[in-house]
Amino acid sequence: MKLPIYMDYQATTPCDPRVVEAMLPYFTQSFGNAASRNHRYGWEAEEAVEKAREQIAALIGANPKEIVFTSGSTESINLALKGAAEMYAEKGKHIITCQAEHKAVLDVCKHLEQQGFSVTYLQPDKSGRVSVEAVAAALRPDTILVALMWANNEVGTLNPIREIGALCKEKGVLLFTDATQAAGKVPVDVEADHVDMLCISGHKIYGPKGVGILYVRRKNPRVRLVAQMDGGGHERGMRSGTLNVPSIVGLGRACELARLEMPEESARTAALRDHLEKRLFTELDFVYLNGNREHRLPNNLNVSFAYVEGESLIMGFSDVAVSSGSACTSASLEPSHVLRSMAVGEDLAHSSIRFGIGRFTTREEVDFAATQVITAVKRLRELSPLYEMALEGIDPKTVNWQAHH
Amino acid sequence: MAYSKKVLDHYQNPRNVGSLDKSAPTVGTGVVGAPECGDVMKLQIQVEGDRIVDAKFKTFGCGSAIASSSLATEWIKGKTLDEALAIQNTQIVEELSLPPVKIHCSVLAEDAIKAAVNDYKSKQGGEAAK
Repeated sequence: MKLPIYMDYQATTPCDPRVVEAMLPYFTQSFGNAASRNHRYGWEAEEAVEKAREQIAALIGANPKEIVFTSGSTESINLALKGAAEMYAEKGKHIITCQAEHKAVLDVCKHLEQQGFSVTYLQPDKSGRVSVEAVAAALRPDTILVALMWANNEVGTLNPIREIGALCKEKGVLLFTDATQAAGKVPVDVEADHVDMLCISGHKIYGPKGVGILYVRRKNPRVRLVAQMDGGGHERGMRSGTLNVPSIVGLGRACELARLEMPEESARTAALRDHLEKRLFTELDFVYLNGNREHRLPNNLNVSFAYVEGESLIMGFSDVAVSSGSACTSASLEPSHVLRSMAVGEDLAHSSIRFGIGRFTTREEVDFAATQVITAVKRLRELSPLYEMALEGIDPKTVNWQAHH
Repeated sequence: MAYSKKVLDHYQNPRNVGSLDKSAPTVGTGVVGAPECGDVMKLQIQVEGDRIVDAKFKTFGCGSAIASSSLATEWIKGKTLDEALAIQNTQIVEELSLPPVKIHCSVLAEDAIKAAVNDYKSKQGGEAAK
């Protein structure tokens, strides 16, 4: 067992060795520019890129021509939201999104607000989910775009994208969904789910970092975007810049593996996740699940260990690599905006830990991690004045605290 | 985030963890911070004459908060009440090499000492220190 155990698969994933193997020839031998039309080097590169396009399209039920290569989800989000907003500004200037979205979406929306757009930030329910009814209620005659993530990166909650997609289609509003965490974990079908734009990032699905895609629908309706970068007009004019052929090949292979292995892998990771969850909930008291028990990613577990602060907890199990929603792990001194939007309570937000299970996680690792976490929680609770109060029957929530900051 | 050796030492081997009888007249208790801010410190002192003969703490907070309160109990043990009140948060920052984002942990520890001493003094019917 290699220490520390990696359990932060929502942050990033290692490249699958099969992905690396597929990429290698494109660094040194088939190194051509995919835009070179006059010689074999260029043709080979172009062929590799087109194969990757097919592999990626197959994962999400798209046409290969609808795949635009980017540097990753942040760029895809910028292109989708800014590109659509600029293109359709004359039709309307209202956008709907959610408070629990990734900062890439929220920050782009803030930018668009400065440009004169109006944005509705829906509050998710306590499990982090947005209902189709909430979206319907927020729609206005001037709404041009709905931007909602498929799966939340912190709590793993899945939004009802198919229902929201059907609503958007009926109302003639574009739907962009950030599928960075969902692709390869749960079935995604842009046709059945009525998605108009969708992004995927290579490094979240065992591909390389620095590469991703934006799916842009070509028919019913044909989505048009204003390019956010000027240049040679690559990628149907939507994203200029010489294609990153080795990484694109890697992303293609990663998507192919994800498509072929998803049913088995998702079942396996879900079983490991359930095992971890069961141990934490049976061996400790005052543990709370953040997220939705029914609609969630198979490989994510976000829990709050009440009366223990997240950063100190992570210090306590240095052999397990996980993330915390605690303020102290960020420079902002504010706990996770996702947990805040779900109104789980700031105290519990400070006590949250995100466990990510992945392709290479073993049961032995899960058990090791569970034991380390349980030991650390127990030790820190011996130090915790809040746990002492809880055991005395005093709910710390009822105390009138004198906040300092 | 990298922690200083001293923070790690206090985190791994916290000194004077525990509780004293808060109803005892010779015990002063200070509880500062708030759960929603991510740190709560409880610091208690046992006083004989005007000298602190024992100190205990319990802290909910990050590693730096735990270390700051652990260090505080170590420092005030054996000191007079006035000497304890003279401890500044900057001394804690220096001793533990706390980075700027963790300075509030040291402030909280200083506040906890003052709150405990004040609690003791008010129990004794004396005037609370500023």
